[in-house]
Amino acid sequence: MSFASSLPLRCGGAIERYALMYETYGALNAAKSNAVLVCHALNASHHVAGYYADDSKNIGWWDNLIGPGKPLDTERFFVVGVNNLGGCHGSTGPASINEATGKQYGASFPVVTVEDWVEAQARLADQLGIERFAAVMGGSLGAMQALSWAIQYPQRVANALVIAAAPKLSAQNIAFNEVARQAIMTDPDFHGGDYYAHGVVPRRGLRLARMIGHITYLSDDAMMEKFGRALRNGVLNFHFDVEFEIESYLRYQGDKFADYFDANTYLRITKALDYFDPALAHGDSLRKALAPALAKFLVVSFTSDWRFSPARSREIVKALLDNRHRVSYAEITAPHGHDAFLMEDTQYHGVLSAYFERMARELGV
Amino acid sequence: MAKRLDFQTIRDWIDPGANVLDLGCGDGALLRYLRETRNTTGYGVEIDDARVLASIANDVDVIQIDLEAGLSGFESASFDYVLLSQTIQAVRNSELIMREMMRVARQGIVTFPNFGHWRHRFDILRGRMPVSKALPYQWFDTPNIHLCTLHDFELLCARLNLRVLNRVVLNENQQVVNSLPNLLGSLAIYRFESNLAGT
Repeated sequence: MSFASSLPLRCGGAIERYALMYETYGALNAAKSNAVLVCHALNASHHVAGYYADDSKNIGWWDNLIGPGKPLDTERFFVVGVNNLGGCHGSTGPASINEATGKQYGASFPVVTVEDWVEAQARLADQLGIERFAAVMGGSLGAMQALSWAIQYPQRVANALVIAAAPKLSAQNIAFNEVARQAIMTDPDFHGGDYYAHGVVPRRGLRLARMIGHITYLSDDAMMEKFGRALRNGVLNFHFDVEFEIESYLRYQGDKFADYFDANTYLRITKALDYFDPALAHGDSLRKALAPALAKFLVVSFTSDWRFSPARSREIVKALLDNRHRVSYAEITAPHGHDAFLMEDTQYHGVLSAYFERMARELGV
Repeated sequence: MAKRLDFQTIRDWIDPGANVLDLGCGDGALLRYLRETRNTTGYGVEIDDARVLASIANDVDVIQIDLEAGLSGFESASFDYVLLSQTIQAVRNSELIMREMMRVARQGIVTFPNFGHWRHRFDILRGRMPVSKALPYQWFDTPNIHLCTLHDFELLCARLNLRVLNRVVLNENQQVVNSLPNLLGSLAIYRFESNLAGT
């Protein structure tokens, strides 16, 4: 969907014209009360569930959760997935043509924030005729958007589902992001962000960025369980090519990512993560930041998530409790680390099912 | 559900519209009952996965944390009532929980199985660990590690400088026991507040 009106950004600039790629599932009811916005995290997209008629391999990133008869049942709810501004899955981003110059934005594409994304999503909601979402949900960076929605547009969110989140990044979280950015920006093919004009892609940097990211998504135990110290060829070869299975896995993930993801988008998304800190404008008080929220909250964390540990989710829960906002909090015992929010788990999906059931009862959908 | 006399007893002690924290809320039945009959708000606290799920399904807001770690997630004096229903006997640090209860709420309500019930005494006289309707576990699989009698609980209240406001004791048939409660009572329900309240 194209937007011709200027979108002011937190950085002080604005985007004059932009498009947002989105997908919908199910049907919006007559009362327009059954819409659920699903926000994506770092590398995902608007394609949250199902697959395309002409591409049966491209399955939606949250397909185990969203669909007919699934915890977020598309036979009852109208689900909206949207690729965020600055993304590389169809929405206006650094690789798009800047109409003012006739060239790709590249380095000139602004640094966008979680708050900017929410503004853009709100305009999409306006166009879709959705005054108030039954729920805004997401995991990780997507959860930050759900949280921000509840703060920025209290009247427009009935429920916020905040999964595997943190109220702001820790120094360690930012450090990992910075390593990823440095990997990209020091790649000779980066050309200060204007690599499109040179017909190249900073593949090596992207690859490294993805590899370091992947380490933070998995728990030590999950990695050991999956790969252990297994060797590809069964013997040590005393060279520096792939020997351990984990090396092979990381290289494979890195290569796959470098094939489809835009480096400039990656830089901006990691910045959006680093900058997210709703408490900052309220004297570092998350309680005050969340005071205006009117939504009911479901907060979910995973025991083995060390990137955004349960303690980080409990900070959010505490701020909600201090405001006497309605909140439920589930701490899922799961071995997978941060990525657990994307996995199928009986308790996790049971909690979400029960919560959506409750929503459906309350909304009469 | 409404027939449960312990629920009704607690309901009668709770002001309409109160903010209630239920520690060890189980499937949320009590909080739901209080919301429906007393228009209360508040939260349940539960550690068990299945019970957390049941509470959400019961339209009850539940926080999955371990009571043993204290209630640091809750601000002081943020609730009108804090409930500890059939849970005190199963926590490791019962005294800490009681102190935390008085920190976060104006009044506390505790229910527990009375270890002083004659059946339990009789079992012990027979040389066996008690197993009853109120204490249905064998000694080797029981979650109950801090059992007490009415007298014992009242001594703890005194030690913590708590004033008992109400006490209702029920027998195994859910009838109120008026005489010899520590011998005939199966379930004890206490409401108390701190003697320091308001000072």
